[in-house]
Amino acid sequence: MDTFLQQLVNGLTAGSVYAVVALGYTMVYGIIQLINFAHGEVVMIGAMVAFTVINALAPAGLPPLAVVLVGSACAIPVCMLVGYSMERLAYRPLRGAPRLAPLITAIGVSILLQHLAMLVWSRNVLAFPQIINSTSYTLGGASITNVQIAIIAVCIALMGGLALLVYRTQLGTAMRATAQDPHVAGLMGVDVNRVIAATFVIGAALGAVAGVLYGTYYGVAQYTMGSILGLKAFSAAVLGGIGNIPGAMLGGILLGLVEALGAGYIGDLSDLCAYGWIADFLGEQCADGGHFILFGSNYQDVFAFLVLIVVLVFRPSGLLGERVGDRA
Amino acid sequence: MKHTTLGITVLAAAVTLISCGEQKPPAGVEIRIGHVGPLTGGIAHLGKDNENGARLAVEEANAGRIRIDGKEVKFTFLAEDDQADPKTGTTVAQKLVDAKVAGVVGHLNSGTSIPASPIYAQAGIPVISGSATNPKLTEQGFKSQFRVVGRDDQQGPAIASYLATTKKPKLVAVIDDATAYGEGIANEVEKTLKAANVKVLPREKGTDKTTDWKAVLTKLRGRSPDAVFYGGMDATGGPLLKQGRELGIKAVFSFGDGACTDKMKELAGDAAEGMLCSQAGIPPQAADKKFLEAYKKKFNMDPILYAPFTYDAANLLIAAMQKANSADPKKYLPDLQKIDFTGATGKIAFDDKGDRKDAEMTIFTMQGGKLDPIAIVKGGKTMTYEEFIKGAK
Repeated sequence: MDTFLQQLVNGLTAGSVYAVVALGYTMVYGIIQLINFAHGEVVMIGAMVAFTVINALAPAGLPPLAVVLVGSACAIPVCMLVGYSMERLAYRPLRGAPRLAPLITAIGVSILLQHLAMLVWSRNVLAFPQIINSTSYTLGGASITNVQIAIIAVCIALMGGLALLVYRTQLGTAMRATAQDPHVAGLMGVDVNRVIAATFVIGAALGAVAGVLYGTYYGVAQYTMGSILGLKAFSAAVLGGIGNIPGAMLGGILLGLVEALGAGYIGDLSDLCAYGWIADFLGEQCADGGHFILFGSNYQDVFAFLVLIVVLVFRPSGLLGERVGDRA
Repeated sequence: MKHTTLGITVLAAAVTLISCGEQKPPAGVEIRIGHVGPLTGGIAHLGKDNENGARLAVEEANAGRIRIDGKEVKFTFLAEDDQADPKTGTTVAQKLVDAKVAGVVGHLNSGTSIPASPIYAQAGIPVISGSATNPKLTEQGFKSQFRVVGRDDQQGPAIASYLATTKKPKLVAVIDDATAYGEGIANEVEKTLKAANVKVLPREKGTDKTTDWKAVLTKLRGRSPDAVFYGGMDATGGPLLKQGRELGIKAVFSFGDGACTDKMKELAGDAAEGMLCSQAGIPPQAADKKFLEAYKKKFNMDPILYAPFTYDAANLLIAAMQKANSADPKKYLPDLQKIDFTGATGKIAFDDKGDRKDAEMTIFTMQGGKLDPIAIVKGGKTMTYEEFIKGAK
């Protein structure tokens, strides 16, 4: 039971980061039906900028929380700028083009950003300075660190903030209008270009925070970290129903949980020696407490994509997605 | 189809001819020595370190104005990046063969060295790895394959027997990163532990890119092992160690050479304290003083891990060429096989398979943020580091 609870805590932490990243995918998709594959790279740049700042400030003896806040405060504008320039330079000129063109451009932007980051921050795995002393609290058998609590809290706050922005402000109304029909929204006096740029910038800001959280949580950052994180967050967005904001949040958290539980239990579940008649059949392999494990915990990353495939097969519009043939 | 292939071959030959024509011949006879290691990716720092070692040897040889077969020779150093990826490894191996290198130092990883070795063998080009420790490398029967570092089936038993005799664990968890290296060393550790009557949990696995080990570690925590062994590199081992301590696992964490670097301290912070790890060979700081000074002078840093070995590997190639008085791989290969050489890492001689005879293994522990050698395992015997240093002097 302790183990199960702990896996839930692990999954919830990873999942809330996925959720915040997934928001960036889903917002952009919702508004211009573009899968912005470069979003993972924005997250990476957020982590890298924060790394540089935190690294520079760490010896100064400031309180750790202040250092991390300054790090985020630097990462957010940088990522917003990256998000804005990406939209302005790479996607806006292709606004009217067939859907494949911006999609391929997105992959190009992703490769470009990744290699720029490699030039700036080197190819090495960068270790975040260990400035925050992680204290563990025990919660019914599961241990949760202050960093994990902070991550979950920040992610929930961000999601709440975004929901307020989208459903309660004028910009949010404009965004929803543009998502429904950019042409008509334009006729109603919405500055579509500005709204789309704002969507990219907000998504990038969320990505920056996710990058900082990811970096401080795992303690490592590398120029390639954005690709797998991005793919997982994209899967999360699809799982929840791409284009749907609550869906991305739900999808992210579910994906984190599925991954943690999957990696935690697949070894035991696929241990053929645990099943009576197969164990008899295997005989010697299983004798004396032996094991014959088909799938190990290295299949952790597979779950994200397995979920993606299952969702696409059985519910192409995602868990909360509407059945709009064209968009799914 | 045949015509296409022929066409491509002719085209390739033409391109080669043209590109050859463009190059200015260097002064003296040119001998090319290749080096392969990952210069991008998670262990690029180790790849660069390996490359630096070999580069230093080649540059020293050039400064020494070596004469082979009566003519002054100039060694050209071709450094290739295999990205620690088996597919890229074979591609760059072929590239070096096509560039007509006389010998190769590398590759860094076992996973890239093994698929590359038949390519070199077919071309008859000697290749010496300074860091690939998977036993399979020299078990394939290629006459041109050598290594100056110990094998996992020596390294695994070394760390495992040290663990079993000094820490006396009852239950050990073994994790690997599903690479040829990680699996190889983890298998050897498991075998040795079981032979010493230590119980071993079913193997857990990650990948060479895993940064989230929480799921695996949580599962292990439920079984409370006394010690954990991880077969993998520092980029993944650091987060593993850190997350293990965060989850409150009190076990001794031990690693193979891939995670036996100072980077562990950076990656895991205070959690790294007390970890154990093994390295094939002797620590860089125990290498020959002259080498250490030259390295520091040239690259303005200390060697990280295997640079003394790649330095020796490059020097071995050069020494064998001098001995055979030829840079023709066919002619100097027999001399390389029989060589008796004293390099930066001590005496080097090869057995029939191309493995180094009597390779030493060193056990380290993290103390006060630094990896300190605590024991040397040689030929199945363990002695403390102090004893070894005294014995050597």
